[in-house]
Amino acid sequence: MGVRPGRALLATTLLGSLVAMSACGGGAAGSASGDVTLIVKTFSQFGYDELYEEYEASHPGIKIKEENIGKLGDYTPKLQQWLATGKGAGDVVAIEEGILSQFMAKPDQFVNLLDHGAEELSGNFLPWKWQQASTPDGSKVVGLGTDVGAQGMCYRKDLFEAAGLPTDREAVGALWPTWDKYLETGKLFKSRRPDIGFYDSTGSVYLNMLMQSGDHTYYDASNKLVIDSNTAVRTTWNASIDMVKAGLSANIEQWSPQWNAGFKNGTFATIPCPSWMLGTIEKQAGPENKGKWDVTRVPGDGAVRGGSFLAVPTQSTHQKEAAELAKFLTSAKGQTAAFKAKNNFPSSPQAIDDPAVRDFKNPYFNDAPVGKIFGDSVKALKPVYLGPDNNAIGDRVGNALLAVEQGKLQPDEAWAKAVDDAKRLTK
Amino acid sequence: MVDLKQRPVARKAAGRTPPERPRLRDRVSRVEVRWSPYLFIAPFFVIFAVFGLFPLVYTAWVSLHDWDITGAGAFVGLDNYVTLFADPDFWNSVYNTVGMLVLATVPQLLMALVLASLLNQRLRAVTFFRMGVLLPIVTSVAAVGIVFSQIFDRDAGMVNGLLGLVNVDAVDWRADKWSSWTAISTMVNWRWTGYNSLIYLAAMQAIPRDLYEAATVDGAGKIRQFWSITVPNIRPAIVFTVVMSTIAGMQLFTEPLIFGQGSFAISGGSLRQFQTVSMYMFEKAFRDFDYGYGSAVAWMIFLLITLLGVVNFLITRRSR
Repeated sequence: MGVRPGRALLATTLLGSLVAMSACGGGAAGSASGDVTLIVKTFSQFGYDELYEEYEASHPGIKIKEENIGKLGDYTPKLQQWLATGKGAGDVVAIEEGILSQFMAKPDQFVNLLDHGAEELSGNFLPWKWQQASTPDGSKVVGLGTDVGAQGMCYRKDLFEAAGLPTDREAVGALWPTWDKYLETGKLFKSRRPDIGFYDSTGSVYLNMLMQSGDHTYYDASNKLVIDSNTAVRTTWNASIDMVKAGLSANIEQWSPQWNAGFKNGTFATIPCPSWMLGTIEKQAGPENKGKWDVTRVPGDGAVRGGSFLAVPTQSTHQKEAAELAKFLTSAKGQTAAFKAKNNFPSSPQAIDDPAVRDFKNPYFNDAPVGKIFGDSVKALKPVYLGPDNNAIGDRVGNALLAVEQGKLQPDEAWAKAVDDAKRLTK
Repeated sequence: MVDLKQRPVARKAAGRTPPERPRLRDRVSRVEVRWSPYLFIAPFFVIFAVFGLFPLVYTAWVSLHDWDITGAGAFVGLDNYVTLFADPDFWNSVYNTVGMLVLATVPQLLMALVLASLLNQRLRAVTFFRMGVLLPIVTSVAAVGIVFSQIFDRDAGMVNGLLGLVNVDAVDWRADKWSSWTAISTMVNWRWTGYNSLIYLAAMQAIPRDLYEAATVDGAGKIRQFWSITVPNIRPAIVFTVVMSTIAGMQLFTEPLIFGQGSFAISGGSLRQFQTVSMYMFEKAFRDFDYGYGSAVAWMIFLLITLLGVVNFLITRRSR
């Protein structure tokens, strides 16, 4: 009963081929009149609209068409299909960092950007961002960095006030120099407001702590699975379990309808927020809650979550023009514009220090100096090596934590299950 | 067909006299008679070959490879199937699927039977009611999933609200097998009961009225009439709905996916409480990008449905 997956798949395929056909049509029409139409494939929001106009104006004969898919989870399988079938990927594709690590194993589906003069650009990116999209021997660069998911901690001022905690962002940041202090603050909060979660779900707090806990997580640099031997992972897990036991979690899964409603209803008081999440919070909490949410520093020393790259697939028929466009969009200027449009935090040190970013204040969050908060967070960060199945393993560890939250597994059982799942996955 | 009968005569004639050169028109018309039926049924087979057979065979081909995000890898024979047979997550998803199949099909078909016999009575505004039961099937499955997910929400759901009125503790519907299966089966039942009852109703209307009249004269009550006349007479319709529900139930996907939450909803709960086989196939192929393994799961679904179809067939044949 219900939609048969076969049919849904068929419909998607048909739709996909329609899109591809119309894309081809556009390209053909363009070349007939001497124009080149570049197709840019993105997910979520990259905030490039103004940049496209500017580029088209300064590059006569070039037309740009962005084809966007809302959710990363829907975009990635499509991207894979386009690459596997050799059709439909357009000229510039956005790749999220977790997916990039899978493509890096066989980077031959993408143009080597070093062939298009990318070498001189390496100084335009944070070193670890540049490294992520380069082959180990440095002979090939697959993608140019766009944004990084710089981390802050978002909190509800009114709930903090009701719990008798400070509300000023400097003072709130001073409450949690470390995650241990964050736990203590949470306990204090819960003792005064037991009906409200201190944070949304343990998974996101876990991920934040993990990204601060060393230079690698589930894999070592040679892609060997080290989830059970890397003590940093276990330590982070234990710290997360302490928070579950203290009852800090509202047990609301991220990206669920209840989570969306939670921003408005104030069912949780804090949430670790990457820069791109500010847009989500503003949208979900709505204009009537303007000023109730604020941003401060994240416990520990900086962190990132997510971030993307632009790459040129080898199937593009305008590789040279596409590489030029990718270079333009990822330049310090392009990144600054994207930040202003959609809060995507730059991966270019020049853009991070650009006054337009550095001094940017977000009016929805009480004019919080997000440019400075996120900039400090990114610069304090040490790169973390992720490895091929990082995202899939992260999903499984997240599920294990959730099972503990639900009271379905004891912490030790859940850990054993997570390790076992990871091993089976990578076998 | 006519041609066949005449052929022996023609052969005899050919034996006696030297064969006449068949005229072109005859030959064309013979070819036409012979091949045009195939041409008429060809569209189905061509479309089936392109959209049915080819994907089936190609999936089998992919399932014999170590096929990942970057394309075809090494030929690995039956390795994927060997791993699959020892994969607890796969068997868990089979268990869930069959469990929800039973939970969704049995009450659904029973309710449909009762509903159909009610609609078969003389009622006021009978067309209104008959069309009314069909409404849920018109509703988009995604909408059903979203609305029922809200109804079965842990914190603000209507079901927990009603349970609270009678002092029953709130249920975390996604945390246990029994509760999540109940919620998902409810969606399926809500959507498909009316559809099946209309099929039963159509079959019931073909039952001669005098059977009931005779039974009434003999003193059989309504319930006795239902079990002894109605049900045996609509057996073909029942067999049809059982087979169709089984096939669709084995492919259950959208409802549990929407019922699941968060970015890893395809896992069907923290401990895969309500992950169906179709979801597991999707997870393996489009989330872990293990296309070879995903294809092996797809083939296992195909084999399972075939197996259940055969079992259905044997049971219904025996009880005839």
